[in-house]
Amino acid sequence: MSRRELTCIGCPMGCALIVELEGKEVISVSGNSCKLGENYGKKECTNPTRVVTSSVIVTGGQSEILSVKTEKDIPKNLIYDCVGALKNVVVKAPVHIGDVVLENVLNTGVNIIATKDIEKA
Amino acid sequence: MQEYDLIIIGGGPAGLAAAVSAKDQGINSILIIERDDQLGGILNQCIHNGFGLHTFKEELTGPEYSKRFIDKVIALGIEYKLNTMVLDVNDNKQVTAVNAKDGILELRAKAIILAMGCRERPRGALNIPGARCSGIYTAGTAQKYVNMEGLMPGKEVVILGSGDIGLIMARRMTLEGAKVKACVELMPHSSGLKRNIVQCLDDFDIPLKLSHTITNIHGHDRLEGVTIAKVDEHRKPIVGTEEYIPCDTLLLSVGLLPENELSRKANVKLSRVTGGPEVDESMQTSISGIFTCGNVLHVHDLVDNVTTESYTAGKNAADYINGIHHEGVGVELFATDGVRYTVPKTINAENIGDGIDVRFRVGEVYKNSYISVYFDDVREMHLKKKILTPGEMESVKLTKAVFDKYSNCKKITIKVEKE
Amino acid sequence: MMFDVTIIGAGIVGCGVARELSKYNLKSCVLEKSVDVGSGTSKANSAIVHAGHDADPKTLKGKLNAIGNAMYTNLSKELDFPFKRNGSLVLCFDKEHLGDLENLLHQGEANGVPGLVILSGDQVREMEPNVTLSCVGALYAPTGGIVCPYEMTIAMAENAYTNGVKFEFETEVINIEKKSNSYVIKTNKGDIETKIIINAAGLFSDEINNMVSQHKFKILPKRGEYVLFDKAVGDLVTKTIFQLPTKLGKGVLVTPTVDGNLLIGPDAVDVESKADLCTTQEGINDILLNAQHSIQEPLPMNMVITSFAGNRAKNIGNDFIIGEAKDAKNFINVASIDSPGLTSAPSIAVMVADIVIKKLSPEKNVGFNPIRKGIRKFREMSNEERKEIIKEIPEYGKIICRCETVTEGEILDSIRRPLGAKTLDGVKRRTRAGMGRCQSGFCSTRVVDILSKELNIPRYNVTKSGGDSILLTGKNKESL
Repeated sequence: MSRRELTCIGCPMGCALIVELEGKEVISVSGNSCKLGENYGKKECTNPTRVVTSSVIVTGGQSEILSVKTEKDIPKNLIYDCVGALKNVVVKAPVHIGDVVLENVLNTGVNIIATKDIEKA
Repeated sequence: MQEYDLIIIGGGPAGLAAAVSAKDQGINSILIIERDDQLGGILNQCIHNGFGLHTFKEELTGPEYSKRFIDKVIALGIEYKLNTMVLDVNDNKQVTAVNAKDGILELRAKAIILAMGCRERPRGALNIPGARCSGIYTAGTAQKYVNMEGLMPGKEVVILGSGDIGLIMARRMTLEGAKVKACVELMPHSSGLKRNIVQCLDDFDIPLKLSHTITNIHGHDRLEGVTIAKVDEHRKPIVGTEEYIPCDTLLLSVGLLPENELSRKANVKLSRVTGGPEVDESMQTSISGIFTCGNVLHVHDLVDNVTTESYTAGKNAADYINGIHHEGVGVELFATDGVRYTVPKTINAENIGDGIDVRFRVGEVYKNSYISVYFDDVREMHLKKKILTPGEMESVKLTKAVFDKYSNCKKITIKVEKE
Repeated sequence: MMFDVTIIGAGIVGCGVARELSKYNLKSCVLEKSVDVGSGTSKANSAIVHAGHDADPKTLKGKLNAIGNAMYTNLSKELDFPFKRNGSLVLCFDKEHLGDLENLLHQGEANGVPGLVILSGDQVREMEPNVTLSCVGALYAPTGGIVCPYEMTIAMAENAYTNGVKFEFETEVINIEKKSNSYVIKTNKGDIETKIIINAAGLFSDEINNMVSQHKFKILPKRGEYVLFDKAVGDLVTKTIFQLPTKLGKGVLVTPTVDGNLLIGPDAVDVESKADLCTTQEGINDILLNAQHSIQEPLPMNMVITSFAGNRAKNIGNDFIIGEAKDAKNFINVASIDSPGLTSAPSIAVMVADIVIKKLSPEKNVGFNPIRKGIRKFREMSNEERKEIIKEIPEYGKIICRCETVTEGEILDSIRRPLGAKTLDGVKRRTRAGMGRCQSGFCSTRVVDILSKELNIPRYNVTKSGGDSILLTGKNKESL
């Protein structure tokens, strides 16, 4: 039986969690103030994920850089590859919040979407 | 001289929310003055998420959060000027501004809301000795280069200060290809949100060196490295603990200062603790008809709190313009025993509706303590708090009922108690 | 092409000489190894125009100081650079040393300094309420002044250039060959042949001299650190406050700057390397401790904006080295110009120009225009003037540096004018953009943008001050 101490990142409260594991199975989560925390504790110890925010180049727009994010969280160990996949992505203005910039990144089933509106220059 | 009912200085999250709130109260003659080429303020360059958990029950990125308010401002037909810098505000509520198109604008308003935000403390203010080479930036300036211009300030980075901007930039630089070698923090605890330590440092195995500081900066034309050292309980470097870290970039995240040059010009009384104006329950400053909200009042950790505070400022400015605001200084609040300051500083209970959130920060880390609120000598509230830290703003709600209960109260004290 | 005169070094001395020589029909050029004028000691000093009581009357320093001081009134008007004759006080802290004040007064009078008078401690405090109660008396010199040394250097250079002097930047002198009637200066950019050489190479003037003359000398760099305070406390004192030199040293000054900040410093530390411009914790602590002696209330430490250091070009003889090298005809040294070098620069320039004129008997340059107009400053204009200039140049309506209220119009002018800025620091010294309380945190991205557009270079090629001082290492994700 192993024990992990972690800080929940579900919201800015940052509760101190204690997760008890048997091998790869979560036995209990304590220290959380809400269900989000319980879920985070379980997930972080078995299949940690993150939302990734980054940026891509825009051509023909009023700004030259478009901020983007993964529409949902993706496995934590794919973070570097995820931003790597954005390296050569170029978007043409106009682009709006929610537009898909890169579909199904690294076959995770998650799209990368725009988080800014950029109109044509 | 052009007249408005309400002039709002700053089109960031504070100014935008205040404008929407004032408009909702029926004020139509509003002007937002923004110096940047777009509305949104600092959120435009905050492309990470974590915004809006309270306001929208969603986790949004900075630009997405500000877009919600920009859309409202446009839908409500609120007038705004971009690329316009306010040069002067006086206590007669006259505003002088400048832009390339209109030239010099001489304006007057019935009420003004100061929402200019804050700026970063630079290296010079800390007097960090060493070379004056290129490669030294405040974290926010670096953030602007990376997030708005797509340009990297450097390749091998050391960050001084574990405030949120420093932590966010640790992750941001890493994910754009830089190597972040360490985050150096003077205090024995971090000043940023705990979640940022996890997802910005721990996730990338970036060491957090608490109780350390930078004692020397090395380089000729460009930065080549920094010397760090451990500090003692008086935060003085301990001789013999020096360590050299080669790097070409130093990012400073060593404090945010409310941008109150204009407030000073308007003769607004400022708090020595926050650097921002002292306000009453209505977010009104010492000058009648001049209100304030957001980071220029006191530096926030969560934009959601800025929004709530700014709604209050907007509504009260509207009441003031409509002549239904209750003038008169209320009960004074005293921050003591661990509590560094409160916003507001005075409360006139006639203006608080059914209650008011009093926001404050503590000066140190307190574990398993209480936040106590005294009305004169009577302890009315005694709230258990597992953890209190300077990096996270706190609040207590004081209801109208409580003020009715203590209608003759002369002073309210907020303090930290062990029991 | 053969030049009549080649000046090595574009600091205040080199540019001052260049401007004097441009009054004549001479083919002159200035060689500067940095990317801009005034890149050495000229940009990092106390910015004081000394009254002239400090130096021995038998020295060049003693002879040239007061003359130079007097020239500032007209020069600053002709060349449009900031100068203020605010007066200075040398404070005495104990009665035993009041005699030293008397000595200084007499020395000053021997040097031709007008208006010197000794005041009592109370009189000093009436003039300067913030001066320490421990002050028992002071020497008051009404002709003391403060100047912006880099704006002055830039103004001299622009005027020299407009009147026909060539300037070559990033041009370093590697060696000098003597020919029968000329010199061939070997630089990293090729050879330059010249009849006369003026060695105004500042900290490196020894190396230049030693290429040509057997009468070698050595420049000993002595570093001075300074601390600069916010304009909000710029009126702590109105006069420049010196301290009577004691056994412990020359004393540290407390002064307003001509731009309205408060400046304290310098200390004096021998350094190994001429390029060592680092500030140190000990140095900063020292000057703050020493400066405090002059002021009654604690110095406003929360109002510090920045600190910096400059190196003095000292030599063992402790006087200016001005004159033709004994064994190198037409090689004229203007070396080791340390304090009161800035003050004496105008009189040094006249003295050196005279040497050249005696040698070459050139005709006067009838087209010489002594007037140089500086950048029109938005922050100094009335609202009416501002309205006018924005109509003429809309870029004057766009504020780029909010701490110092500097507009895009001024920044564009600073780049486009003769010998214009090519770097972030170049823009800073011409406009003050980046010198305020946020120390370019807000404006640097914008200034980089403007420089990039004007110079037609990618933003990541813009540097802080030339050389390897790059600001940006590339584009996002390049290293991924």
